[in-house]
Amino acid sequence: MARHRFRRDRQGRFRVGLQGPEQQLLSMLPRQVQELLEQDDPSTARVFPVAYTDDAQAEADYREMMGAQLLHQHQRSLDTLSSTAGAATIDESEIHEWLDALEVLRLVLGTQLDVSEGATTVEDTDPRATQFTVYHYLSMLQEEIVDALAAALPDAGTARSDSA
Amino acid sequence: MTGPGSGTGPGAAPVEVDRPTGDTDVRPDRPWLVIVWNDPINLMSYVTYVFQKLFGYSKEKASRLMLDVHHKGRAVVTSGPRERAELDVFRLHEHGLWATMEQTS
Repeated sequence: MARHRFRRDRQGRFRVGLQGPEQQLLSMLPRQVQELLEQDDPSTARVFPVAYTDDAQAEADYREMMGAQLLHQHQRSLDTLSSTAGAATIDESEIHEWLDALEVLRLVLGTQLDVSEGATTVEDTDPRATQFTVYHYLSMLQEEIVDALAAALPDAGTARSDSA
Repeated sequence: MTGPGSGTGPGAAPVEVDRPTGDTDVRPDRPWLVIVWNDPINLMSYVTYVFQKLFGYSKEKASRLMLDVHHKGRAVVTSGPRERAELDVFRLHEHGLWATMEQTS
């Protein structure tokens, strides 16, 4: 398989080097996860983390204020991935949406598979073997997008004052 | 770690006041800590990238925080007033990270 599936071109767009089956998977999978999100399926719990662990009222307020925004953002990213999975190039905002969509797919799939650290493979005969293969494929894609985007980050921290 | 939070700067003159003794806590707002917890799903490279992107940390600092999360189970990634901490938590949640906030005691 081709390495470096995401290359920035001179126009600042990203060339996407995906094979047909990869494109089909990335077109289909986001739609399945969209349905799980709409149904508030338990496997989507990790998409909505808890902010306040010891203050139920503050947590309820946070969820009320931010929950819908979080959901819409992820839905938009999943839509973008699904609809541009076959594109030869994607732009800067689209690649960020791909990254976000891959994150959501991995969170949901990882939850379904009950992925734990150091135990992310199963026997070929395991009924979950295909799902694990997909999970690892999504991880690899996410890693490649991170590589492509991290290259453009300024390395020297310019931001907040920091005495640590 | 400190941020450009509220409160008096180092140049502010001390003010003599009669403090009520043993009454309520009169200290100004205690800062809130934004904590990222280890989870088995998020990739190390992704977590490092998110810290760099959201907080402008150098790759070195972002990697160190990521390794703290990975090895110690959690790391404080920012601190400050409640509103800003909540915004940071939200931005981390937008990126799928397991972030919580708590006030320093």
